[in-house]
Amino acid sequence: MRVRAQIGKVLNLDKCIGCHTCSVTCKNVWTTREGVEYAWFNNVETKPGTGYPTDWENQKRWNGGWTRGASGKLHPKQGAKWRILANIFANPSMPEIDDYYEPFDFDYDHLKSAPEMDHFPTARPRSKITGERMEKIEKGPNWEEILGGEFSKRSKDYNFEAVQKEIYGEYENTFMMYLPRLCEHCLNPTCTASCPSGAIYKREEDGIVLIDQEKCRGWRMCISGCPYKKVYYNWDTGKSEKCTFCYPRIESGQPTVCSETCVGRIRYLGVILYDADKIEAAASTERETDLYGAQLDVFLDPNDPEVIAAARRDGVPEDWIEAAKISPIWKMAMDWKVAFPLHPEYRTLPMVWYIPPLSPIQNAAEAGQIAMSDQMPDVRSLRIPVKYLANMLTAGDETPIVHALERMSAMRLYMRALTVDGVRDEGIAARVGLSGRMIEDMYKIMAIADYEDRFAIPTAHREQNEAGADIRGGCGFTDGNGCSSGETGKTSLFGGKKKPLALPQESF
Amino acid sequence: MFGDFDFNFILFGIMPYVALTVFLVGSIARYERDPFTWKSASSQLLRRKQLIWGSILFHVGILTVFFGHLVGLFTPVWVLDALGIPYVLKQWMAVLIGGPAGIAALIGSTMLLHRRLVDPRIRVTSTLPDILIMVLIWLQLAIGLLTITQTLQHMDGVEMVRFMNWSQSVVTWNINAWVTVVDVHWLYKLHIFLGLIITMLFPFTRLVHIWSGFAAPFRYLLTRPGYQIVRSRRRRPLEARRRAFDKRQGKRDPSAPTAAE
Repeated sequence: MRVRAQIGKVLNLDKCIGCHTCSVTCKNVWTTREGVEYAWFNNVETKPGTGYPTDWENQKRWNGGWTRGASGKLHPKQGAKWRILANIFANPSMPEIDDYYEPFDFDYDHLKSAPEMDHFPTARPRSKITGERMEKIEKGPNWEEILGGEFSKRSKDYNFEAVQKEIYGEYENTFMMYLPRLCEHCLNPTCTASCPSGAIYKREEDGIVLIDQEKCRGWRMCISGCPYKKVYYNWDTGKSEKCTFCYPRIESGQPTVCSETCVGRIRYLGVILYDADKIEAAASTERETDLYGAQLDVFLDPNDPEVIAAARRDGVPEDWIEAAKISPIWKMAMDWKVAFPLHPEYRTLPMVWYIPPLSPIQNAAEAGQIAMSDQMPDVRSLRIPVKYLANMLTAGDETPIVHALERMSAMRLYMRALTVDGVRDEGIAARVGLSGRMIEDMYKIMAIADYEDRFAIPTAHREQNEAGADIRGGCGFTDGNGCSSGETGKTSLFGGKKKPLALPQESF
Repeated sequence: MFGDFDFNFILFGIMPYVALTVFLVGSIARYERDPFTWKSASSQLLRRKQLIWGSILFHVGILTVFFGHLVGLFTPVWVLDALGIPYVLKQWMAVLIGGPAGIAALIGSTMLLHRRLVDPRIRVTSTLPDILIMVLIWLQLAIGLLTITQTLQHMDGVEMVRFMNWSQSVVTWNINAWVTVVDVHWLYKLHIFLGLIITMLFPFTRLVHIWSGFAAPFRYLLTRPGYQIVRSRRRRPLEARRRAFDKRQGKRDPSAPTAAE
């Protein structure tokens, strides 16, 4: 056993209202710079849809994630090391910026500077790359928002596999849900594995996956390696960038910006202890549907005295062990089994998990015809097909999803009985294998979701890692190269600076 | 002293040392001082078209040519003699391998240069050194291929051996070696001059990625046994921490469980 700790995350899709506050606050903090205008470390997709970048879940096209070879050994789907090196001159699996969208801005200034004209002045779009006029915007950061676009296009969604999808194109049967996405900070990241320079690494202390900007050479293999397409190439600096899990905040015990600002209170952060020795075997599990269970086995019970002893021995700080005991992530993933990894079949063992959403009963309009099973609404008759959720969260295995949805719907029934009738109906809880106390705890954490319940983040122990006197007067956090940003405006012999893009002003 | 000033002395006698010094010192300085700017500066994200074929043709071609020059110029002549390789055969090999590789590289670099100059996305995101070095390499490839016309006129290998002697003398600090190559055709001279110019510009352009390109296979295949990288900021490795912990706990049992690492 080799105990490590990671700050894990759960997103409760049942409560996501698709307000994009997470995306916008993330963008304002991290990616407003030139070169990453198109990059959203966090974005919210409307499902069903093809997502951002378009069709990202289609690994036949992008070759992200891992493949299990005949011998049972894993190698990145885009190829083993020698094949990755062979593709270094031109990466055949890498998306082009148009697969995300060409970043643009509008001539806002024209609205106030236009002279008197017959027609109302308009703000027309311009490319943020070339500065040229864009006559038609083909794609944007959130192109399928609230089922935008025709069903024939959106239904290319990979999660429709083995679902009779035609009927969901009909107005009466349509369904939708939001899927906020960010870097998964995987236990077995393919981006790290694909990097020939060794610039990407996972941090032992908190599991955050980062790109060393000084070691990145721009070989771009991480971009195709990541099956979630959450590594972005900065075309200005020539380096890859990704979600940092707001590590400066996490280190000081604060939630990530996206979690902090989440209006729906759907985001949870907490410590998960895991056994690093089990990662390889878990990721190499033969059947894809077993991967979810295999990942559960990698996690270690923070209340088990043996685990606690091993964690202490391996140097997990005491307050991290305490935090693991009250971790909302542990409760949702392990105690209640309502949270699931996104696309476990990629074999990356992601650490940002999702609670599937409940949805209205399909035929609720026909009163009395609600499909009931065992006095509870049958979750298989919900508007969002269970198979669709299973394809997204459990590699197609419906049983755990049904189980989770039943527990969530039992929670509603139980709390309704408690608050309306004043009855603690242990029968409801027992039917889904819980107790009334557990359901009330679930309700407190998942429904009420107070700040202290959502976030249990121990601070980093910098006193163990660095000598404060040595870093006094240092550069602190910069985007680039210690004190050099690579573009300070000073003349540099190395690289030279592109002239800043200035959008030409037009007057009519 | 300046009465018998000879440009050939500058070109063949002085410039190689200047170029190699700038190349090495500049590379080290950049790697040390500004590693953030050390990159391949790929533009594949912005435009895939013309890059896939252009880049592969160019890189495969130019790497072949590069190693051809390296092996061809710096293999000591006595090694050839010892192996019994006739100079004529070696020169034919140079023409037959280097020629097609050079043509491939020229086609590739033409595609890349065209893309860089004509595609608006690539054009506005290019720096001046990006374009300059691309033009110089294109010229260098073209001139290099043109020298084949001269080479074919004397296939006895004598001229080739003179170049071999000169390059080997440069790296063995024989400063008078320049006299052996003063009377070669001007195309060769231009080719060498441009080559030394490119060598000098190397540390100040994206060409530094060549270092990393050569290093990457070693780093990736040899110094990294598995796929994953985990960095720890703790001062001691896990095993040392475990031993210290066990000592603190008063355990002396060496058979205490240690996970496979």
